[in-house]
Amino acid sequence: MKRRPVLARTAIVLLLLLIWEITARLFGDPMFICPPSALFQGWSDIFGDPKVVRAFEITFGEVAAAFGLSVLIGLSVGLWVGLHRFSHRSVFPIVLLLYSIPQVTILPLFILYFGIGPASKIAFGVSHGMFPMIVTVVAGVQNVDPVLLKAARSMGANRRQILRWVVFPNLVPSFFTGLRLGMTAVLLGVLLAELYVSIAGVGYYTVQYTQSFRPAKLFALVSVLAAMAILLNEIVRRAENHFSRWRS
Amino acid sequence: MAALPPMARAAAPRGFKDRLAVRAVQLGFLAAILLLWYLMTANGAINPLLLPPFTGVVRQFLRVVAAGDFIADLRTTVYELLMALAIALVCGGTVGYLTSRTRFRIRVFDPLLSGLYSVPGIVIYPLYVLFFGLGPPSKIAIGATIAFFPVALSTMTAFGTVDPVLVRAAKSMGASDWQLFRYVLLPAAFPLIVTGVRMGIIIAFLAIIGSETIASLSGLGHQIVTFAESMNMTVMFAYIVFVILIALLLNGFVSSLEARAQRR
Repeated sequence: MKRRPVLARTAIVLLLLLIWEITARLFGDPMFICPPSALFQGWSDIFGDPKVVRAFEITFGEVAAAFGLSVLIGLSVGLWVGLHRFSHRSVFPIVLLLYSIPQVTILPLFILYFGIGPASKIAFGVSHGMFPMIVTVVAGVQNVDPVLLKAARSMGANRRQILRWVVFPNLVPSFFTGLRLGMTAVLLGVLLAELYVSIAGVGYYTVQYTQSFRPAKLFALVSVLAAMAILLNEIVRRAENHFSRWRS
Repeated sequence: MAALPPMARAAAPRGFKDRLAVRAVQLGFLAAILLLWYLMTANGAINPLLLPPFTGVVRQFLRVVAAGDFIADLRTTVYELLMALAIALVCGGTVGYLTSRTRFRIRVFDPLLSGLYSVPGIVIYPLYVLFFGLGPPSKIAIGATIAFFPVALSTMTAFGTVDPVLVRAAKSMGASDWQLFRYVLLPAAFPLIVTGVRMGIIIAFLAIIGSETIASLSGLGHQIVTFAESMNMTVMFAYIVFVILIALLLNGFVSSLEARAQRR
């Protein structure tokens, strides 16, 4: 019988779930921990509550808005920095410098400036997501194979033609890599801000369920968030693979 | 007229003058920001609740450093970080080594670990707060959980990609399992493991500061939040600068460790 990794993986996951189930039932205080079987009840509870569904919609909207803005900023700044030697020399080191500071320390500042509503979550998400986008767009524009550039020039292409036919196609795979990294970063930013302070988004209910000792609902909520993150990442990753096909 | 992209070779700083120019731009930018900050707040043009005066922040920063107010919180944060790293290194290293032993195991565990890695680990934090409470154990738990993945993944890759020729050579010379590990596998895998550990240290630190910000009773992140909530902007900014400095120091320290490990 040929061993398939998928079967082994499923078996491992099931085994872990079983251990969790047994430990939680035998030793777990139901105020703090719940067995996996309680998750089904938890899921039906949170999706039955329209306010929680609304909270998911709000959070998803924040992620979408932050992602869209990150792409816009990333593209515009990235193209500007990547295509001009002067801006690359002067601005890019600044971008890298800003990229390296831990943004989680200024999370309270974002709340103070943008308020406790969705704006601060979107702003924090943009602040996280725009940097990988800028960096990958700059790399995509800059790392054109010099052989291709020389070949185009030797065939008499002018600058506009070189940009259109050599540089921009080279940009596409890097752009999609940037989308993938940006999505991860935006998710992190929005979720961090939501967990810090939230009045209507998913973070509000995390606090609620934690403070009222409802592990089943909390587990259910967290698992849906995790699934959302995995799904979004997977979508962007597949797009990246699809559009990078011509590379390999 | 749009310019052609500078070729990567030309754009990367080479030579002393180029590097000096890049540094000059960075320092110039920093100086410009600080000057702007000072000018904007000097005459009270900006509400000090939004942006505290530059001189005030400097004064508070020096006061905090001199008085050692930060020591207790720094000690908490560092303790949480070290404990989290210890757990992550032991668990991640063990799991990474065990899963690297056969091709099949790598194919089973790699997608599992990578898939979980892509989830922002901080979502688990409320569960840890519910289970461990608001004190250091929940921070240690989240730091260890988040740092576990890069350590395990890089260890698995590191041990999994040791040149089989080396292994066969050692075995043909009669090496025992332990000798094989100690003298062939470990040195070969070490640089890549260090890269993973470096990643783990950085994200553990960020996770711990983040979790202290979100819900905590102590620690540097918690202090920043306290000052934010009491609108004590000057001291909050001082603490933010302090934490950023620590982050930069940590980054530099870890990078130099990695460079030293790569050179072997």
